[in-house]
Amino acid sequence: MERINVMVCAGTGCTSSNSAGLVEKFNELLPKYELEKEVKVIKTGCFGLCQKGPIVAVYPDKVFYSHVKVDDVERIISEHLYKGRVVKELEITDIDEATKEKIVDIDKIKFYAKQKRIALRNCGVINPEDIMEYIAKDGYMALGKALTEMTPQQVIDEILKSGLRGRGGAGFPTGKKWQFAADQKSDEKYVICNADEGDPGAFMDRSILEGDPHAIVEALAIAGYAIGANHGYIYIRAEYPIAVERLNIAIKQATENGLLGKNILGTGFDFELELRLGAGAFVCGEETALIQSIEGKRGMPVTKPPFPAVSGVWGKPTIINNVETLANVAQIILKGADWFSSIGTERSKGTKVFALGGKITNTGLVEIPMGTTLREIIYEIGGGCPNNKNFKAVQTGGPSGGCLTEKELDTPIDFDNLVEAGSMMGSGGMIVLDEDNCMVDVARFYMDFIVDESCGKCSPCRIGTKRMLEILTKICDGKGTMEDLDELESLAANIKSNALCGLGQTAPNPVLSTLAHFRDEYIAHIVDKKCPAHVCKNLMQYVIDKDKCFGCGMCAKGCPADAISKIVPEYIAEGKKLPAMVIDQNKCIKCGACIATCKFNAISKE
Amino acid sequence: MKSLADLIKLREEAQKKVDVRETNKDYRVVVGMATCGIAAGARPVLNKLVEEVSANDYSCTVTQTGCIGLCVYEPIVEVFDKDGGKTTYVHVNPEKAKEILESHIKEGKILEKYTIDAVK
Repeated sequence: MERINVMVCAGTGCTSSNSAGLVEKFNELLPKYELEKEVKVIKTGCFGLCQKGPIVAVYPDKVFYSHVKVDDVERIISEHLYKGRVVKELEITDIDEATKEKIVDIDKIKFYAKQKRIALRNCGVINPEDIMEYIAKDGYMALGKALTEMTPQQVIDEILKSGLRGRGGAGFPTGKKWQFAADQKSDEKYVICNADEGDPGAFMDRSILEGDPHAIVEALAIAGYAIGANHGYIYIRAEYPIAVERLNIAIKQATENGLLGKNILGTGFDFELELRLGAGAFVCGEETALIQSIEGKRGMPVTKPPFPAVSGVWGKPTIINNVETLANVAQIILKGADWFSSIGTERSKGTKVFALGGKITNTGLVEIPMGTTLREIIYEIGGGCPNNKNFKAVQTGGPSGGCLTEKELDTPIDFDNLVEAGSMMGSGGMIVLDEDNCMVDVARFYMDFIVDESCGKCSPCRIGTKRMLEILTKICDGKGTMEDLDELESLAANIKSNALCGLGQTAPNPVLSTLAHFRDEYIAHIVDKKCPAHVCKNLMQYVIDKDKCFGCGMCAKGCPADAISKIVPEYIAEGKKLPAMVIDQNKCIKCGACIATCKFNAISKE
Repeated sequence: MKSLADLIKLREEAQKKVDVRETNKDYRVVVGMATCGIAAGARPVLNKLVEEVSANDYSCTVTQTGCIGLCVYEPIVEVFDKDGGKTTYVHVNPEKAKEILESHIKEGKILEKYTIDAVK
């Protein structure tokens, strides 16, 4: 008789720290304790707290364990599952700052307390490879409701009324998009899920697909019914193998259960779904390039109009929605537009998932109601910058977005506020930067990414971004001039107004935004030939503080370039105080290995 | 599946499958499963509880805990209600366990005769 469920995270993050080995170990050891009939081990999707992975949750006790290793499994079984004693060292807890009491209820710890999970509602709750578990959580009920109780127009009206806006970046109202396609007269129409997630540091779409693939399958069928399409594609990058596998399983199970295919639920509605694997080009997330790629052509954008809603894949009316957008659809149909629009701000409804990364204590996935402030996300949920470093900026919107500083921390997050503050929502990557990050270097990183990913079709993007990268590299190397800043701004303005697609039009944003907020850092690189954050190698050096150095020589041992002076053996023989070590700046390759070895904090960057 | 009715039927079946993870229930039934509890026969009690709850769809979770500290009264079963109120049943055996569920969980009546206050 089953009485305990052990949920093991099988998302990409925890899989890479061997959560699959945990499942194996549990299944191997449970018979030893004669618990194999009572305990069921289930692979599930992302819990969001990736920093603490692999995560194991035990139900019905609702105990969450972090950093679980294969060697910990036997202890969890013998102590917790067998004798009912929670393994305290592994349990995720928090301290209530007001009362100083320990918090053990997972929903009340700071990381989760302010979150509201709609798109991620089933991640970490169900087994994504079992359609029955999705059905148990009202899965496919929204499709059933749409097909039997609502006309296609009513479905569109409900989505319109909910205020749902596209989560892929631009924030276009989803209902409007559907209406455009529905209004087209055509023998065939298509719905596409854009799962070509490419922003560096963003992984919410992948986690939804891995943790709740049926939610996307169901939403696509609803969208198909709404606009009159009988065929859908999920365009996903091949570098998401776990998501691809689970989607394949989901489509197969849905088809076997009559939830995809001909005459769904006896209503006469036909809908089939196919996966299309992309090779991981960033530009294929742009909708017209994505359509080209689906058609088997090279993934390059084409001019709009005509918009895909008029002429999309195979020249037919097509809607393209992002994964996270679709993850909200079934809930809106089930719970109603009013429920959804009661969450969030005036013009941005619902929640948004953010992938927290960079210099933040709790790296992971968080879903918050629109209108939550950056401060709440970064400090309360994210736990602030680690190692007592000072917060400098947060980069949102990836290579198309910009950075926000201390000043904007209390801005309630929504589509419009972020644009006003000089960044954008983007797909939801949120990279936190601290005092050790050089903003010129950050701008150069994103420009380097864009130069790699530009498809090369239009010259403003192909040539312009390359020139911008060259100037940024020059500044980082200490060879920049003040004229270069004007050149950057003029190039940026040209690219923004002349590039063919969204990739090029937004590519200069990280540069413009860092120039606006951190112009003094650029000037320090150019005029003072200094990198204030000590990142740009040509503009910094490692030095040893003579007063703190005991001359132990550990740094010299660790130096791969033999750039540090050696201990003189005679000094030891004669019992004299060892002289301080010296770094030969001509030989130093600035790898930082010496800092890591010094026990006296005698080495610093300047 | 041929209709929405089929789907609704399937959902009922499916919900039983994930019921162990449903933590928002009226009662929490906890069995002392430390060495003292197991030695006194807590295991069959736990099994019986799980079996009965599952068969009758009682609104409670069944979990185990470590030593409750009253080893002489083992097997011990504690029933927590939603407000955190606790009833402690002592010297429980599988038959008593069934009775406790029928009275306390199903009808909301504490079964006084098996509580710790009755035997003290």
